[in-house]
Amino acid sequence: MKVENKEPLLSLENLTVAFGGLVAVSDFSLQLFSGDLVGLIGPNGAGKTTVFNLITGQYRPTKGRVIFQGKDITGFSPDLVTTVGIARTFQNIRLFGNLTVLENVLVSFHVRLQSSFLAPMFSLPSYWREEKAIREEAYELLEAVGLADATKEEAQSLPYGEQRRLEIARALATHPSLLLLDEPAAGMNPQETQELMEFIKKMRDDFNLTIFLIEHDMKVVMGICERIAVMDFGMKIAEGTPEEIRNNPRVIEAYLGVED
Amino acid sequence: MGREEKRDLILTLLLFAVLMLGVSLAERYLNTYLIRILNTACIYVVAAVAYNLINGITGQFSLGPNGFMAIGGYTVAILMLPLVQKEQVYFLQPLIWPFNSFSFPSHLFLLALFLGGVAAALAALLIGIPTLRLRGDYLAIATFGFGEIINVLANNFIPLTNGALGIKGIPEYTNLWWTVNWAFWSVFMIKGLVNSSFGRALKAIRENEVAAEAMGVNLFRHKLLSFVLSGFFAGVAGGLFVTLISTVSPSLFTFTMTFNLLIIIVLGGLGSITGSVVTAFIFAFLQEILREVEAPITIGAWTFPGIPGMRMVVFSVLLVVMMIFYRRGLFGDKEISWQLIIDRIKGRNESGK
Amino acid sequence: MTWVSFFQQIMNGVSLGSLYALLAIGYTLVYGILGFINFAHGDVFMLGAYFSFFMIGVFLLPWWLGVIIGVALCAIVGMSIERIAYRPLRDAPRISALITAVGVSFFIENLGLVTVGARPKGFPRPELMKNVYILAGARIQGVTFWVPIISVSVLLVLLYLVYRTKMGMAMRAVSKDMETTRLMGVDIDRIILYTFALGSALAGIGGVLWACKYPQINPLMGTFPGWKAFTAAVVGGIGNVVGAMVGGFIIGLTEIMIVAFFPGLSGYRDAFVFTILIIFLLVKPSGILGETLKEKV
Repeated sequence: MKVENKEPLLSLENLTVAFGGLVAVSDFSLQLFSGDLVGLIGPNGAGKTTVFNLITGQYRPTKGRVIFQGKDITGFSPDLVTTVGIARTFQNIRLFGNLTVLENVLVSFHVRLQSSFLAPMFSLPSYWREEKAIREEAYELLEAVGLADATKEEAQSLPYGEQRRLEIARALATHPSLLLLDEPAAGMNPQETQELMEFIKKMRDDFNLTIFLIEHDMKVVMGICERIAVMDFGMKIAEGTPEEIRNNPRVIEAYLGVED
Repeated sequence: MGREEKRDLILTLLLFAVLMLGVSLAERYLNTYLIRILNTACIYVVAAVAYNLINGITGQFSLGPNGFMAIGGYTVAILMLPLVQKEQVYFLQPLIWPFNSFSFPSHLFLLALFLGGVAAALAALLIGIPTLRLRGDYLAIATFGFGEIINVLANNFIPLTNGALGIKGIPEYTNLWWTVNWAFWSVFMIKGLVNSSFGRALKAIRENEVAAEAMGVNLFRHKLLSFVLSGFFAGVAGGLFVTLISTVSPSLFTFTMTFNLLIIIVLGGLGSITGSVVTAFIFAFLQEILREVEAPITIGAWTFPGIPGMRMVVFSVLLVVMMIFYRRGLFGDKEISWQLIIDRIKGRNESGK
Repeated sequence: MTWVSFFQQIMNGVSLGSLYALLAIGYTLVYGILGFINFAHGDVFMLGAYFSFFMIGVFLLPWWLGVIIGVALCAIVGMSIERIAYRPLRDAPRISALITAVGVSFFIENLGLVTVGARPKGFPRPELMKNVYILAGARIQGVTFWVPIISVSVLLVLLYLVYRTKMGMAMRAVSKDMETTRLMGVDIDRIILYTFALGSALAGIGGVLWACKYPQINPLMGTFPGWKAFTAAVVGGIGNVVGAMVGGFIIGLTEIMIVAFFPGLSGYRDAFVFTILIIFLLVKPSGILGETLKEKV
């Protein structure tokens, strides 16, 4: 039986950040509960990626807090944020271009490595055991995203859609509880988009994830998000179910793209 | 350990055995001139793979390895110099305590080399902590600055280094056994690191720092690890070098040494350990061959004066031309692995049918 | 230290500082526009001294004419280096450009060693510079005066060129945003050539004045002044022309003062300048007058 968890998994409280004189995000608050699939939409420049960067530690808020699983993680460095269980993909794909598909995913396992750097230098068996285990898990992940045939390919040589999937696999390899997806459907054709939507839902269920995603493609947002937050000029202007958002005059006024 | 890893280890140890056999043959039959070049080449291997670790693998551009080699070289020199020599050499100002009161016997040579590496590694730690926060060209300049500061210290801190006069009479312990072993095991260890999860983390930092950090890699700690390890092996290379030529002076480890290492790793391919091994040898031999160009040439009754400095002109042209036309270098960022060799042999067998 | 000798040191510092300022401009211009450190710039400085030396000594031209031709040759060399070695790397990572610059620097230095040898040569100084004047009780060589006077005049001309001419405006535009400037129809290649010509000419003038001050010239004379000038550019704010000038005087005065007050440490003077460089890179990389930029995630 599924237990209703009343404590939010992620709580963003009055997040504000300014760069020089420009306020990029102002007083942004939002709660995500375990198992949620929430979308973040808004016109270009509204501050959506900035919110992600505040959560994952690339930026430090000038005001406000980020609470994850009851812990205040405000200002944690990105690698630390990953260890507490938050993973992300990037708007402009940031793969390790010259590394293979498999190696890209293997990097995410490094943070949980037990061996010291001396072990592989002296070729100790204890290291090889660990390496074998993480390779097995990496293969499984790549199978789950459909990239099992491409493991030896250079990441930068993959077609665009596969690169996006690799980014997701790489993020999943960090064993997150919360997954942030920044425009995962960007550049995809309708069929790929449909596959992606099903893929995201399946990931959420198979890996016990909470998903927070930024998207411009309204089909994706309306199709899979259970809740949507809308930003404009750095502020949250609306929050609700897809139905509510679709009919919200403020949202329509600020931005509601044409459905693909 | 998996089957492939076991196979690779056995092949590597076989290679080691072959190399040791080769060394014993070389010591017996090769002339001293050729041995000297081979020794130099092996020392360059140690220094170059260390340099490639920080520059090519981790993508953090250091221009200061000469400083770490100097620290290693001077440490080994001061430790190994016999007390009698210490009196003689340090005639301007005596060597400071405690170094003036002891000297390592020959069987502690390995320890001295190790300590030279440790001294360099400590310096790398101290230098790396503030400077590794810098990006790209600023990091290069800062490390260059530290390399120059170390050189100035070597020239001026007479009670320790004997200043510009340097130290002579260092016992010549280094021979092919030492250099080939250090070259082999340095490559073994650094390759082991590069092929491991740590290597992937370092490469990830090179490829995309932001993404690497987002996947959990602590940027600072890994950059520092790479820098310190690089410093350690550079220090050992410096120590081997001074005990090969029996002297050390500040002019040995100027920026020109960094330049030499730079050519080696660029020519071999930034990010390819195999490449650096190959080009270290090429460079050592090229240096000797070009030395002929610098020496006076006598043809019949005519003597053409030597052109000192011509070597460096050739090398600098080589570097610039490479950067413009062939930046990847000989091996790019690829390595030769046992698997590759086996595949190649198998492939040839099959097509030969 | 007496007031007289203090005054002498100040004059020395100003003199040296003005030379660093001349040299620093080249670094700052190239960094502002192309984003990398022209390692070879200090060697162009050396070429200024040598070209003029040969024009005057070998071709027996009058001093001022020899210098003008020498400086013009420097400008040509600077443009050639850009055209041959740096332009192909315009789109390459900045580290590649830095490595190439290192190669070019070594090339020039060693070509110099090969052609003229390592032995220092005496640079012919004009009468003006050799005279000794007595000012406020201090004995000051003419050169100590003339160097800052000439340098500052040149710097003022430069400021005029950068801030009051169309070329200068184009240079500043390119350094702010190369892509947009290109889209506006500006010939980027020409601007960059002009920048190198300007920077190299200044370096050449600096080399000649330096040789007047320290008349023993050798092919490696440009390395350390180059680094100190680069430090000056960073201290003043890399990319900022006025900053380079300010930085030059700061470094020059600091160097002289340290040696004046702590003569026992004079062997370490180079280490001091490098230390200042490193401190600024770590603590205030934008320098005194520069601006900071953040990377977009």
